[in-house]
Amino acid sequence: MSAEDRDLVARLRAGDERTFLAMVEKSHRAMVRVAMGYVASEAIAEEVVQEAWVGILQGLAKFEGRCPLRAWMFRILVNCAKMRGGREARSVPFSALETEDAEGERRPIESFRPPDDPRWPGHWAQGPDRWTDERLADAEALVRIKAEIERLPPNQRQVITLRDIEDWDSAEVCEALGISEANQRVLLHRARTKVRHALAGWAAEGGT
Amino acid sequence: MSAARPQDLACRELVELLTEFLDGALDERTRTQVEQHLVLCPGCTEYLRQFRTTIGATRKLAEEDLPDRVREKLLDAFRHWRHGS
Repeated sequence: MSAEDRDLVARLRAGDERTFLAMVEKSHRAMVRVAMGYVASEAIAEEVVQEAWVGILQGLAKFEGRCPLRAWMFRILVNCAKMRGGREARSVPFSALETEDAEGERRPIESFRPPDDPRWPGHWAQGPDRWTDERLADAEALVRIKAEIERLPPNQRQVITLRDIEDWDSAEVCEALGISEANQRVLLHRARTKVRHALAGWAAEGGT
Repeated sequence: MSAARPQDLACRELVELLTEFLDGALDERTRTQVEQHLVLCPGCTEYLRQFRTTIGATRKLAEEDLPDRVREKLLDAFRHWRHGS
């Protein structure tokens, strides 16, 4: 167990509220985003996360530190969410949970030359327009990113939440979600590509 | 050995490799192809810059505030657990 985790666990076991609140502050939103991959609504995801916190506290006595504390916490969360998702499976259309979202909805901004282009097959036909820093500093950029992440397929949303919002490393994300490194990277790449796309066109100079 | 030319790796392919590139997960040969392509291709260089900017901007979502009612509810659960155990 890392020194940091050992310290956290000791404080929690001793009933230290400030430590608990700091952990909630740090992880709660990410937990809700991850839980939403398994259940029908944000309200249910909130309930699942509450359940998971109780499970985490009750399981703390048995935490042995074979993996980082936060990966262990997210595994408990994923178990709670899967159980809840299973119970509600009949009321949730399966397609809403598992299918890829409609790729066609996104208006292409850049384009590539065709594969049979005599000189530059697969190279930019219309390359990306330069982004302006002022646009990205605007609060609107965050609103756009958040909206795009919310409409990602659940598995992509889970991975981008842990990797890019929470800044976890690849191995820890695989551990928490029980997926392979290669799969994790494919999901992350798709998610990042869509988020970039949601900013492009608006972030470029003269964009709307 | 001749130097890699940008046409060895199409832009369409390069943009699909960027997450692996940034994670240091590409094999040596592909990584070199990506690096050499980037030197010669302003379009892909700009795309990579935007990809990195996107990752950096996404990180800011971690700073969102938590509603008070959530904090209070969980603190209740914590106190309940502490007295119960």
